[in-house]
Amino acid sequence: MDSNLSQLPAASVLPEGAAMMRIIRMRRLVGGIWRRITLSCTLAGVVILLLLGFSIVNDAFGAVAVQSKVELAQLTGGRALEALSRTELLALLEANVRTRVLRALDRERPLAMRDAADLRTIVATEIIQPEIVGVYPLSDWLFRREAITTELKAQHPRAELRFRSWLSAQFLGTAMSSQALEAGIRTAILGSCWMLLLTMLIAFPLGIGAALYLEEYTSVCPFDDRSRLGRWLNHLLSRAATLIQVNIYNLAGVPSIIYGMLGLAIFVRALESLTSGRMFGMASAATANGRTILAASLTMALLVLPVVIISTQEALRAVPSSLRQASFGLGATRWQTIWRVVLPSALPGILTGAILAVSRAIGETAPLIVVGASTFILTDPSGPFSRFTVLPIQIYNWTSRPQEEFRAIAAAAIIVLLLLLLITNASAIILRNHMRVKRSSS
Amino acid sequence: MNGEPACVIETRNLQINYGSFCAVKGVNLSIEPRTITALIGPSGCGKSTVLRSLNRMNDLVPGARVDGEVLFYGANLYAPEVDAVQVRRRIGMVFQKPNPFPKSIYENVAYGLRINGWRGTKASLDARVEAALRGAALWDEVKDKLQQSGLALSGGQQQRLCIARALAVEPEVILMDEPCSALDPIATLKIEQLMSELRQHYTIVIVTHNMQQAGRVADYTAFFLMDHDRAGQLIEYGPTSQIFSHPRDARTEAYISGRFG
Ligand SMILES: Nc1ncnc2c1ncn2[C@@H]1O[C@H](COP(=O)(O)OP(=O)(O)O)[C@@H](O)[C@H]1O
Ligand SMILES: [Mg+2]
Repeated sequence: MDSNLSQLPAASVLPEGAAMMRIIRMRRLVGGIWRRITLSCTLAGVVILLLLGFSIVNDAFGAVAVQSKVELAQLTGGRALEALSRTELLALLEANVRTRVLRALDRERPLAMRDAADLRTIVATEIIQPEIVGVYPLSDWLFRREAITTELKAQHPRAELRFRSWLSAQFLGTAMSSQALEAGIRTAILGSCWMLLLTMLIAFPLGIGAALYLEEYTSVCPFDDRSRLGRWLNHLLSRAATLIQVNIYNLAGVPSIIYGMLGLAIFVRALESLTSGRMFGMASAATANGRTILAASLTMALLVLPVVIISTQEALRAVPSSLRQASFGLGATRWQTIWRVVLPSALPGILTGAILAVSRAIGETAPLIVVGASTFILTDPSGPFSRFTVLPIQIYNWTSRPQEEFRAIAAAAIIVLLLLLLITNASAIILRNHMRVKRSSS
Repeated sequence: MNGEPACVIETRNLQINYGSFCAVKGVNLSIEPRTITALIGPSGCGKSTVLRSLNRMNDLVPGARVDGEVLFYGANLYAPEVDAVQVRRRIGMVFQKPNPFPKSIYENVAYGLRINGWRGTKASLDARVEAALRGAALWDEVKDKLQQSGLALSGGQQQRLCIARALAVEPEVILMDEPCSALDPIATLKIEQLMSELRQHYTIVIVTHNMQQAGRVADYTAFFLMDHDRAGQLIEYGPTSQIFSHPRDARTEAYISGRFG
């Protein structure tokens, strides 16, 4: 070795002096170029995110030009609608609405029994009939106001241009409507919340249970290793566990629409009596066919189950085996070890998986369309056996309409969806950090 | 039972396989009560394997198979009717790397009592925890911070916490697998002193890499060596003084004098 080294002229192997400095400069240059490339990748990501945010906000806020069939001032003589009493409102309706329409409304619910707010809505929709003649995004309202006003004056002289935040308390708090101006997403928010709740209740226990079995129990050889048959059975079991494991990884990648078809076949059709609540005597005409929150949640639980299992398994694997050994060494049973040592240590990691699962479930659309979420529904879900809609379906439905104003409320709904996602994730993260702090300090 | 009744643990023709690989074979050891027995030998010769077989920790290793007998007061630990959980409650273990639970110091010590169905009052649990911590010579250092995490202690303190945790369930035998190999010399010294004290009440079997340590603390020493098929064997077993000063086997002498290993 030594003799070999001394035989070689040093300069021919490693550069020295000026050559060394030149090479160092070159190396630094190359490093700098790569650093800039990674930086620009990050910047590209940031720009894309900003564009996304901008396009959503640009659509969700902006101006709307409304032209009424009858001017409010003409109708009431300058008084605000809110200032009118019930009798005055009723009189207005009698005078201005065709009797056929009035009779239809009366059949729906007697006019005499409706409250003032209800009557005001009818006055607005049947007499004043505000019609959207133009929808302008935020950028137009901020930077091209002059241009759009003159353009509007030319086409619709009576129209009134005003700023509108499509995302508003009214938007959050009201049910669906076919009129963009009145439409809200309360039904969809409640539907999403119900579905998420049930999905988590189904998927988490199942997924964590399966992961525990696969991680903590499959290494146990239940049959006697000394006999030939026992060895063979143990071998068979461990093979089965491997097979299941591989399939779970594959299931995590199956397109969600396939889960939708599975859910349609099993939960909506085959288990209809369960999912429609007939089994418990809770079905009503409105919940027929098993197209209920329960069926959707079961489908969604199936869809996120592989995610929950895999991330829980990873969390369990990260628990040092020395902790398990310590517990066994004190005479703990396997379950005591799992319950008192392994699970508490793995919980933060399991919660991370839960975040992934919830994020996935919140945004899924396709499988829910297949299992029959309603695209237009006026009643709030009241339990697992209700018909329902969810936020992404509402958004999908609105974006597929041709009118501009529906694009705007779709953008507002997207903001709501993102906020919902943010809230669930943030609460899970806070819970997780809280647990970490507690474990490291106590 | 023709062996001496004074024997706590006795192995008879012990052979342990990992799958088809034979890690140790033909081990005959008898361990007397209230003594410290050291298992020494080059690494890979199966010391840990033998130690783990003494309280059935090998059950947890997939593919591990124990043949022969391990007698605990004359009863075979591997008899079909014996539950490994019961064995481990009576034969405790301390590991190479300190492995306290990520719980408070108090809960670390109380853990073994809780899982084994402790039914006493809070006060008696406190007393038991204190006794275990005193037994492990840790009480004075931690009595004011029992609710702090066990992980916040130094390495040596953590290892003594693990000893206290094992003492709390009052085992008869304590197995220690290189308990000092992750510690500095001062912490090692403390553990060694502790072991000498513990010997008054407990039977201790310790695996050690460090021959000086075996010489300092052990009453008996067992020397293991791999033979040519890589299966570990017990070469020589006897009082430490005899093993170190008049080894009967040439291989023992070679190892002791540092000629290999
Ligand atoms: N879990 C295991 N699976 C397979 N082989 C093992 C396992 N543990 C130890 N062995 C093997 O058994 C032999 C003895 O190991 P060990 O008892 O750890 O030796 P020592 O503690 O004396 O260093 C080694 O050859 C090792 O590779
Ligand atoms: Mg070892």
